[in-house]
Amino acid sequence: MVKKMSGLFIPVLSVVLGLLAGAIIMLVSGYNPIDAYSALLYGIFGDSYFLGEAIRTVTPYILAGLAVAFAFRTGLFNIGVEGQLIVGWLAAVWVGTTFELPMLIHLPLAILVGGLAGAVWAFIPGLLKAKFRVHEVIVSIMLNYTALHVTNYIISYVLTDKLDKTNNIFATATLRSPFLSGLTDGSRLHWGIIVAMICAIIMWFILEKTTTGFELKAVGFNQHASEYAGMNVNRNIMMSMVISGAFAGFAGAMEGLGTFGYASIKGGFTGIGFDGIAVALLGANTAIGVVLAAFLFGGLKAGALNIPVETPIPNEIVDIVIALIIFFVASSYFIRWILNRINKKGVK
Amino acid sequence: MDFYQVLQIIVPSMIGLAAPLIFTALGGVFSERTGVVNIGLEGLMVIGAFTGIVFNLTFADVFGAATPWIAVLVAMVAGTIFSLLHAVASITFRADQTVSGVAINLLAVGLTLFLVKKLYGKGQTDMVTENFDRVDVKFLSDIPIIGKIFFSNGYYISYIAIVLAVVVWYIIFKTPFGLRIRAVGEHPMAADTMGVNVAKIRYAGVLLSGAFAGIGGAVHAMTVSNEFSHSTINGQGFMAIAAMIFGKWHPLGAMGAALFFGLAQSLSIVGASLPFFKDIPSVYLLIAPYVLTIIALTGFIGRADAPKASGLPYIKGKR
Repeated sequence: MVKKMSGLFIPVLSVVLGLLAGAIIMLVSGYNPIDAYSALLYGIFGDSYFLGEAIRTVTPYILAGLAVAFAFRTGLFNIGVEGQLIVGWLAAVWVGTTFELPMLIHLPLAILVGGLAGAVWAFIPGLLKAKFRVHEVIVSIMLNYTALHVTNYIISYVLTDKLDKTNNIFATATLRSPFLSGLTDGSRLHWGIIVAMICAIIMWFILEKTTTGFELKAVGFNQHASEYAGMNVNRNIMMSMVISGAFAGFAGAMEGLGTFGYASIKGGFTGIGFDGIAVALLGANTAIGVVLAAFLFGGLKAGALNIPVETPIPNEIVDIVIALIIFFVASSYFIRWILNRINKKGVK
Repeated sequence: MDFYQVLQIIVPSMIGLAAPLIFTALGGVFSERTGVVNIGLEGLMVIGAFTGIVFNLTFADVFGAATPWIAVLVAMVAGTIFSLLHAVASITFRADQTVSGVAINLLAVGLTLFLVKKLYGKGQTDMVTENFDRVDVKFLSDIPIIGKIFFSNGYYISYIAIVLAVVVWYIIFKTPFGLRIRAVGEHPMAADTMGVNVAKIRYAGVLLSGAFAGIGGAVHAMTVSNEFSHSTINGQGFMAIAAMIFGKWHPLGAMGAALFFGLAQSLSIVGASLPFFKDIPSVYLLIAPYVLTIIALTGFIGRADAPKASGLPYIKGKR
């Protein structure tokens, strides 16, 4: 019973504990947590503009979460989603600004090239893991920074003449829609959310309904057993990273083609890739879990922007809450241990 | 400008930029040698930088010229306390060490910016007035040729970093405590059998890494940026991890790698104004530390292997 429940119980409990801890921090700092959380809720559901912006924020979170979760299922920790996202963003914008094609070809091409760029960037740690047994975490962290500096360089010295952002993409490559924007009172909501949902279904399908997915999961459970069963572990490791990187690249493409319409020089990371780890973890690495968790974290992030508008409380409180939620989920061993204790006492 | 003058500009700048990396990388060596991966070094540096700057701004009138030194010590304590979170999560609660480290990073950035806005009502602090002064080291700077290059126009704290690397090497390789650290990192079960308290040693490793990263962050904040904002610590922690790996988990190696990364950083900043270097696009210097680390890991420059038990929680009685 407890085992069955804990699949849903631990994430929900962690979120509650995270929000409670956030409230305590606010109380200690002399702020009113009820004001903050009501401003937060208003910032998500208050009017159609806020709702549109919240769904827009959720879009890359779903894809980044899928990227992390997919690699997790093969036993790989893709901490490089951030870098793959930046690379995918630039590649998608490059297609969007360079070619002139009819929309039916241009938009899908731009999205696919974004995904491809992310996949190539993720292939490097996959290859090094498979061939040289190098830990993928370190390689992908290093590639995050490499991606940041290389894309900045390409934006200002290759695509433009020392400017800090590229041209806007052509209208044939945009995900934006006057219809969605009008529906939500002029928010930047775009069709990306549909792409994200399709990707979630694709991930579910690959993992649950195909032989490839079965192999990927088998490698995640036990490499040696998979190898003994005749699976090619190295190929599966690379495959998993490539698919994961493609999701991350799509996330970048959503930002490039939907939210912004250009790529600009970045002083630091977008943070979406790292938040993707939180999303995947809370969503227990399943497609449906990731979508739900992305709605929660994306909503929190978008709603947070309304907190300093209505109250004197800094919006960083939401970052603190999200970090604490990760801590609680990661420490689920402890939560389970307490639950078991309580349960045993009940039996006696 | 001749080469000698160029060296007089680059080398002090290199040592200055490398010092925070050396401190933090040494912390990383402690943590990883006990078998706990600490991706949270970046966040711990953020905590150190924040604490150092806020202490400096608050108590500059009280302590005068000694302020930066005391601020570094306070930052060390703050880093240690904050790293306790990582220790409890990853050692006692058996959380995934990488996940816990990521959470540390997110929490540190969120918490410090929250506090900066609470304390100062804006997203960044004022500039500190009591800085570390650049000095010519007495006697040593008078040594012909190398004195001008290595011992002029530097910070005392940077030289302390280099000396500390030797001290850490001595601790890890020449003392009983160091032997225990290495044993726990390589084969915790064997260490446990011999009566070493695995959890205790691992706690010590993680807390030491917090202390060192706290120092590193404070030193970076008070020598490079002189204020605290969201971009004060921007990847230095990860670069310190890179230095630790590039140095093959060895304190002196980590120091050497940190100096090398400091050189790359300083060239990317001052290189534009120097002959020889202004023709190299800065992007190559910016990515050099990261690309070299990947190459080092792959084994082209001698294979770098992590301590065997690195990243694995130790569960008594489990084979």
